[in-house]
Amino acid sequence: MRAIITVIGTDCVGIIAGVSAVLVKYNVNILDMNQTTMQGLFTMIMLVDMSKSRTSFEKLAEVLETNGNELGMKIHIQHEDVFKSMHRI
Amino acid sequence: MIEPYEVVETINMISSESLDIRTITMGISLRDCVHSDTKALCTRVYNKITCVARDLVQVGETIERKYGIPIINKRISVTPISIIAEGCEGDCVELAYALERAAKELGVNFIGGYSALVHKGYTVGDKRLVESIPEALSNTERVCASVNVATTKAGINMDAVAQMGRVIKQTAYLSAARDSIACTKLVVFTNAQEDNPFMAGAFHGVGEPESVINVGVSGPGVMHSALSKLGREANFSELAELVKKTAFKITRMGQLVATEAAKMLNIPFGVVDLSLAPTIAVGDSVALILEDMGIEKCGAHGTTAALALLNDAVKKGGVMASSHVGGLSGAFIPVCEDAGMIEAVKCGALSLEKLEAMTCVCSVGLDMIPIPGDTPDSTISAIIADEAAIGVVNNKTTAVRIIPVSGKKAGDQVEFGGLLGGGIIMPVNRFSSENFVRRGGRIPAPINSLRN
Repeated sequence: MRAIITVIGTDCVGIIAGVSAVLVKYNVNILDMNQTTMQGLFTMIMLVDMSKSRTSFEKLAEVLETNGNELGMKIHIQHEDVFKSMHRI
Repeated sequence: MIEPYEVVETINMISSESLDIRTITMGISLRDCVHSDTKALCTRVYNKITCVARDLVQVGETIERKYGIPIINKRISVTPISIIAEGCEGDCVELAYALERAAKELGVNFIGGYSALVHKGYTVGDKRLVESIPEALSNTERVCASVNVATTKAGINMDAVAQMGRVIKQTAYLSAARDSIACTKLVVFTNAQEDNPFMAGAFHGVGEPESVINVGVSGPGVMHSALSKLGREANFSELAELVKKTAFKITRMGQLVATEAAKMLNIPFGVVDLSLAPTIAVGDSVALILEDMGIEKCGAHGTTAALALLNDAVKKGGVMASSHVGGLSGAFIPVCEDAGMIEAVKCGALSLEKLEAMTCVCSVGLDMIPIPGDTPDSTISAIIADEAAIGVVNNKTTAVRIIPVSGKKAGDQVEFGGLLGGGIIMPVNRFSSENFVRRGGRIPAPINSLRN
């Protein structure tokens, strides 16, 4: 399964490292990554492959949320289909 | 890959514009539960519902986490109980209690289908059920009732209309201690839909399969946000185009969730209902969308035209986003559940008469409107008759869900809480309709019902 991780907040040192560390730990592969500043906020979007993940989707979501709180960022993980169905015909 | 701005747009819709899936409603046929003994019937009904829908709430929560989109309600609709209870002589209310127990056991907040279809007349079962509605609704929290009193094909059953005035008053009286809240669970329909997932009017129609998943989307907040950014210079073509595109996006969420829920529950997908259903959350208001179009306050002249545009564009945008569209599909205008409407009533912009006009061009009808507790039965019946006439002649669904709040008068405050909201009691025309309502019989079907 492919999911999209979104990290939104004020830019600071270690955001990519922090999120990547979690993904490495659970064997989640990063397929694509994009970062930009939108409406004054740092916004990072990652497309990840969870097919070989060592944890469940729910657990990863929980860990990322905690990780986000530590970094002062909002981190969401959602199935890729949400975005595909809304923005692609 | 999906573009960053698209990802952020979706996330904003969910986190700050109140986009959600309003309801996953599982329709369950109870036709195989029929039994001549009330107790046995109740046991069968309870067992069937709790068995078929045992995973409903859990599946809803799993989908919520997977897609990151809130699913506010998981609900159940069943075959009209008047049909199920027809063959047993016991008290219908026992079935309401069985439904309540099943809903409680499953953790669903509403169960619909304590219903009767009497547009052409009553059967024995219909009569017993309609008479039991006040007691059934005032002694339960989760059971919803509906009565269909008219169709375009059959005309208007004015005996039923007259009776529903009395039933509504009695239901209000029996729940007087809680601002007559039991009336919020009672809908009087014209051209009722068999696959409507929204409460209080959901029931599992007789043409429906054994069980089915219907989904109702929401999204007034998203629409409001999109239109408020459009600017005053945009003309109506541009405005309608934006509504269509936004409705498309909202509906695609509904389709995704509906397909996934149906797959996980191994139950066929029925329809996505395209309705814009407001909540009392800030900004999640149909009234505000109309005001975005340039109406100073909802209810001012131009409101009906604005609502007509909105309703039509929502359907046009939504219909391509879903494989099967059904239910009520349009904009809802439940006064107590829409902060913008409550505000419009408070400042005197929105009247009952204007709401009636608005129901000609949007889905449903006079919805969640508190009126004075001393409103005569016949006046309530006449309000129902007016709505029924609009539905019958225009070949559309209309409904009346009004609450004659016992002991309160026009201008008083009411509070129902939660999704049901609250508001100000609206004044009702004080002239009598008694002699009109008491004639009884049926208003014949209009000429446009003869379509063959």
